[in-house]
Amino acid sequence: MSASSVAGMIEVSGLTKRYGEKVAVHGLSFHVSPGIVTGFLGPNGAGKSTTMRMMLDLDHPTTGRVRIDGKRYAELREPLKYVGALLDAKALHGGRSAYHHLLCLAQSNGIPASRVGEVLDVVGLTAVANKRSKNFSLGMGQRLGIAAALLGDPEILMFDEPVNGLDPEGIHWIRNLMKSLAAQGRTVFVSSHLMSEMALTADHLVVIGQGRLLADTSMAEFIRTNSRSYVRLRSPQQEQLLDVLHRAGITAVTAGHGALEVDGVGAEELGELAARHQIVLHELSPQQASLEEAFMQLTAESVEYHAHAQPTEWRT
Amino acid sequence: MHAGYVWKSEWTKIRSVRSTGTTLALAAVFTIGLGFLISALSKNEFAKMDAHELRFADPTFISFVGTSLGQLAMIVFGVMVVGGEYSTGMIRTSLAAVPRRGLFLFSKIAVATLLAFVVALVTSFVTFFVGQAALGPYKASLGDPGVLRAVIGAALYMTLIAVFAMGVTTVLRSPMLSLGILMPLFFLLTPILGNVPATRKVAQYLPDQAGGKVMQVVAPEGDIAPYGPWGGFGIMVLWVLAALCCGWLVLKKRDA
Repeated sequence: MSASSVAGMIEVSGLTKRYGEKVAVHGLSFHVSPGIVTGFLGPNGAGKSTTMRMMLDLDHPTTGRVRIDGKRYAELREPLKYVGALLDAKALHGGRSAYHHLLCLAQSNGIPASRVGEVLDVVGLTAVANKRSKNFSLGMGQRLGIAAALLGDPEILMFDEPVNGLDPEGIHWIRNLMKSLAAQGRTVFVSSHLMSEMALTADHLVVIGQGRLLADTSMAEFIRTNSRSYVRLRSPQQEQLLDVLHRAGITAVTAGHGALEVDGVGAEELGELAARHQIVLHELSPQQASLEEAFMQLTAESVEYHAHAQPTEWRT
Repeated sequence: MHAGYVWKSEWTKIRSVRSTGTTLALAAVFTIGLGFLISALSKNEFAKMDAHELRFADPTFISFVGTSLGQLAMIVFGVMVVGGEYSTGMIRTSLAAVPRRGLFLFSKIAVATLLAFVVALVTSFVTFFVGQAALGPYKASLGDPGVLRAVIGAALYMTLIAVFAMGVTTVLRSPMLSLGILMPLFFLLTPILGNVPATRKVAQYLPDQAGGKVMQVVAPEGDIAPYGPWGGFGIMVLWVLAALCCGWLVLKKRDA
């Protein structure tokens, strides 16, 4: 599989899924490109798994469509050779051995049986290949699911919450696996509800909340626009300080424990302003909100979609 | 996507779980064992019969009495083959590998049906010979009119019962629910309805009541069935086709 390959494009357009009154996915449009890891981020229940099931034609969209290299998933000949997916590590028959689970999947797509041994080796399950998978730990099940995804040596890989149930060594392994798959020019689409996890692996982010698209941006851009920097001020003369700031046209927000937070003005300027008015400061510190906070803020807004009040407290 | 690939895959699936061997072995043991037992006991009954009663005696059918129990194991086999996909979540992995749902379903059912038929055919011949041996002087012979048809018919009946269970399970998408409906239905309800005079007229069109006719060589006394052995079997085939069509429609329409 060459790195310059142009195959492996996923296009999602106007995807909507309704369950009766409830809208799980609402007019979702984005595309996933080869050669990078695209993170699919959203809180639990945001519609990530539903979207991924629709991408594989397992669930039928109410409206909208998904195209993989211009085709519907169901139109792909031998789809495991195009798309390898780990949606649910428990989506297998526990009474079947790991070997036979992979063998029946390989045979259905005309993949040589020798490939089964190879992928078992890649995920480190060779020793338990003939054990029935019902006795597997969650982490082993996850590895078996990843082995199934790799079977057809596909151009596109999709993982739904792959680090769930993995130990630290396993998490490290899957991160490196995803990065190396992308480095080989493949399309890697991975969902998570953890911003910190995405920050370590993803090059591009698609963020959804309540089934709606909230952001579709590069990781670098997301960090730049969403990691809020502000200055925290604490003073025994808070009333006077607020007065002074107000007169200078600076908006301050009370943040609890007698602290004020100011956006968009440097600490130097604020310090000089306080000094000019002889206000005692107990704290004057530049702060950087974490990506996790930025993500929570972004998705919290999607929860209160029609809310208009400015929050008075930034931190929860 | 070649059907051959999918058949091969389904064959791997069916041979790599324990329930396949267990249920098919039980079907054979029940059918042969109970058939032998009833045949041995019937030998004495035959001795006491007068000429009129002997006219309606059907030694071939007697040796197949065990199918009433063996068919339950066949039902479990059919339910497990399809239901195993749903109860485990394997269905999503399977449909991601074979997104053409009709191809997936009918390959699975074809492979399971062939396997069931091979087991049922062997069981049928063994049941016949063991049962006839137990009947001693009253035995029927394979060359007698209608006997070979009944022996092969018994194998076809057992196979179709399993296929019917596969169709119903595809509709219900749950092995527990399917067993909960099919077991009492075929073990209690249809035999009762088929034996009560008031309901027999309708019940004779139920799949097992109609299909069972193909195992008879001699029509029982007071038989009211408006169909012959193959006619009854045809009615059963229609039931099976209906179950498969419903199953296919459900699989096509529903989210996996």
